Amino acid sequence: MLPTSPAFKKNASAALADAGLQRALERTKPHFQHRRAAAVAALPEFEELREIGREIKNHTLENLDFYLEIWAENVAKTGGEVHWCATAADAREAVLGICRGVGAKTVTKGKSMISEEIGINDFLEANGITPVETDLGEYIIQLGHEPPSHIIAPAFHLNREDWEARFRTAHKDLPADRVFHERRDILSEARGELRERFLAADVGITGANFLIAETGSSVIVTNEGNGDLTQTLPKVHIVLASIEKMLPTLEDASVLLRLLARSATGQDFSVYTTFSTGPRRPGDLDGPEQYHVVLLDNGRSAMLGTGFQDMLRCIRCSACMNHCPVFGVVGGHAYGWVYPGPMGAVLTPALIGVDKAGHLPNASTFCGRCESVCPMKIPLPGMMRYWREREFERHLGPPFVRRNLALWAWLARRPGIYRLATRTAALALGLAGRRRGRFHRLPLASGWTAGRDLPAPEGETFFSRYRRQGRSGR
Amino acid sequence: MLATIRRSLGRGPLPPDQAAMLLGRLARHPRGLIPARSRLPRPEQIALFVRNVEKEYGTVERLADLAAVPGAVADYLARQNLPTDLVVGPHPELLALPWSERPLLRLHTGRAEATDVVGVQQAFAAVAETGTLMLPSAPVRPTTLNLLVETEIILLRASRIVGAYEEAWDLLRAAQQDGETARFMPRNVMLVTGPSRSADIEQTLELGAHGPRRLHIVLIEDDAAPSGET
Repeated sequence: MLPTSPAFKKNASAALADAGLQRALERTKPHFQHRRAAAVAALPEFEELREIGREIKNHTLENLDFYLEIWAENVAKTGGEVHWCATAADAREAVLGICRGVGAKTVTKGKSMISEEIGINDFLEANGITPVETDLGEYIIQLGHEPPSHIIAPAFHLNREDWEARFRTAHKDLPADRVFHERRDILSEARGELRERFLAADVGITGANFLIAETGSSVIVTNEGNGDLTQTLPKVHIVLASIEKMLPTLEDASVLLRLLARSATGQDFSVYTTFSTGPRRPGDLDGPEQYHVVLLDNGRSAMLGTGFQDMLRCIRCSACMNHCPVFGVVGGHAYGWVYPGPMGAVLTPALIGVDKAGHLPNASTFCGRCESVCPMKIPLPGMMRYWREREFERHLGPPFVRRNLALWAWLARRPGIYRLATRTAALALGLAGRRRGRFHRLPLASGWTAGRDLPAPEGETFFSRYRRQGRSGR
Repeated sequence: MLATIRRSLGRGPLPPDQAAMLLGRLARHPRGLIPARSRLPRPEQIALFVRNVEKEYGTVERLADLAAVPGAVADYLARQNLPTDLVVGPHPELLALPWSERPLLRLHTGRAEATDVVGVQQAFAAVAETGTLMLPSAPVRPTTLNLLVETEIILLRASRIVGAYEEAWDLLRAAQQDGETARFMPRNVMLVTGPSRSADIEQTLELGAHGPRRLHIVLIEDDAAPSGET
């Protein structure tokens, strides 16, 4: 997937003007926030589980080489094969090689963000193999040739009429005059169409929420059951997993699973949590004959031992974006690559370069909600600040921003001039805005006032009030 | 890749004593925190399981003994206005049921195919904490039975309900241990909580996405431990 992250500002403006997207955001935001809050409130141990979960992940990352080796041995023992891939290109070649090995024509896919990261769909298509997304949300966006807008609700930006229109275009075999009375009718049509694809596929590709060293297993978590059909029916199951999915034991996975669904959809547990270990065993009546794990690094090992190691704890629950005021108004596509929201603002510069994704860590108010809801307690705002510093050091920001930041730094280091300047500004704005209490339009600040009013200051600075009222002032 | 990871972590391969410590942790597989909600006296633990299944849109029918199962299945299908052709998993417990007492039920055994509408599967264990079934794959418990049918009927013994996931893993470890670390793990272990669903269309929940639309659990009251044991 070619990043459009460098055009974040343009993307964001377009998103703000997109009425359909704004409607979808209004619907989605409260849904995720309320459900998570209710699920968390119903589990008194949630905070303690967060601490334990963080420790498990930290322990695993500190010993990642050891656990990867044990895991790979256990995959081999159970008859599976691990493909070690340093880059996205390596991973694409590995997948293609496996598909060619069985003469695959069609491939069904469970939801996988790694699959987006390595751009496997376009690559397979270019090589004559048809990939079919089977997660309902992924299916509809594949029909529209667009990337996911959210890591667990890939089609949240679409409204019902979009679904109906795309189904009418794609499913030509069905009567053109059929009526979609309810959402259930849309769902039933997708179920029917995709059922045939499941049965015809030669290879099934899924992602992995976790890898388990102790058993050599991969774990997927879904509500639809599409991931399970994808990995059960075809001859070959390919798991796309990145290295930081590793966990030592089933008990460790149990801790993280208690956090994952609650943080993501606000469910206590997802409908299907499935552990896969190798290919079909002797006597089994179903299951794939081959089990492969395409294990991707793609820049992650370089994050270990740096300020970004904490980011590798991420379990892709999406709580950070669901609670982000910026994501909440621009949606996921504006971020321009695979991972949106706060976790994307930290991860994307690490994976594709801060030169391309420098806007993303700047698209934050640092309100801190992301960190406060992150089940893995990842210090997201701190890491975004770190990226901003790197961007500034490397002279990557636009000259206008750099000049103003330099001016600000000059001012902030001179308290006398700073106080004079802020006193003057507060007084002037306070006087000018006295009548309405807010500014509808303001010279040099149209970027702010185009979208909302600026509240007028009361005419006094914090310092002067502090001096007047003293420490005990109300 | 391992070399890159070690370079980033600023060390070589783990020294033998540390590796031994980690191997010890794998062998002991220590439990994390288990929420208090499932630590209940036995009957309440079973009731918690039933409540959680129903919360997740599954249904539960409690039966005194196995002999009543075919009748209960036939009545359920009639109530739901469902076909009486069944694919039944080849588990000995299912095969031993007195199916012939209900001649209207037409049975075949094995894995499920795309044409099967109603399936009967035996559950290995269940977890009260979230109303979750544990369905490990085996020649007698094909995975397709959990996926391809529209209505999945599950036979579960109350004695197989445990409080937390960790206790279910222990049952699995005990049942299939053959000495080698990785080998107790079946090819596929599905933890199933309610029927298939999706909220991808306008974040509104609809049941029956790709897997079963209905999940009906026939619960056999065989629990011989009515003590306050947890």
